[in-house]
Amino acid sequence: MGNFLVWVVWIVAAFACLASAVGVVSFRNPFLSALALIGNLGSLAVLYLLVSAEFVAAAQVLVYAGAVMVMFLFVIAYIGPRQETPWAGGPTWQTAAAVLAAAAIFLEVIIAIGLKAGGRLAHTEHVNATFGSPGWIGRLFLTDHLLAFEITSIVLLVAAVGGVILGAHTHHAQDAEASL
Amino acid sequence: MLGPGIAWYLGVSAFLFGIGALGVLLRRNPLIVLLSLEIMLNGANLALIAFSRHAHNGAGQIFALSVMAVAASEVCVGLGLVVAIHRRRLELDVDSLSELRG
Repeated sequence: MGNFLVWVVWIVAAFACLASAVGVVSFRNPFLSALALIGNLGSLAVLYLLVSAEFVAAAQVLVYAGAVMVMFLFVIAYIGPRQETPWAGGPTWQTAAAVLAAAAIFLEVIIAIGLKAGGRLAHTEHVNATFGSPGWIGRLFLTDHLLAFEITSIVLLVAAVGGVILGAHTHHAQDAEASL
Repeated sequence: MLGPGIAWYLGVSAFLFGIGALGVLLRRNPLIVLLSLEIMLNGANLALIAFSRHAHNGAGQIFALSVMAVAASEVCVGLGLVVAIHRRRLELDVDSLSELRG
């Protein structure tokens, strides 16, 4: 019974995830694309919960669906939702090449999974209750993966400085108009 | 483990990566390109977390959290660029912004 329920939740979340990803790429209005991406991130969080990654699921909803997407929506509202036809406008060969390249990437990953790892992925052992919990993640971050933790903070600092420099109003903004 | 095996999660993650790559290559609005990039990063994240569960190893989840931080940084810089382009009254189209081409 529990197994059946998990399957139902997985199928609903996976289809919501895939459908909203297709929506992000195919909507003409950037606003609708951003809203579809919020749905995509939410259903991915459900998938994370099913593989017992509770902290990552919570961080996904807070950081991505909360902070990052609000920033996206603000910028789209600032710029104005310009319409754009996704499947026309560019050269035909470009569209065909894009579809071919994306399909090749997808097939390559699927074949790699099927051929190399198909048999070994069938059995996954049970994990104990602390797997994926915030305390466990925090202990890993501050012991085994301390360097990654610190480098992440430096990356975020550099990105914040870059964002301020790109977004700052300077007196030379008018002079710089021709240079970009 | 209840429910579908790890291979199903990897299939979903491969589809997400492919559809994100399609968006990056196909769309010409830099905002949508950034949104599609997020889909690609999330596809990779799903694979990392599924493998972390399979191998009973926390490194995958740590990597996924680091990827989320890098994605937030990338969005910060990318949106800064989009706003700077908009402020200079240039057209928001990745095909027409080709001045850096070698």
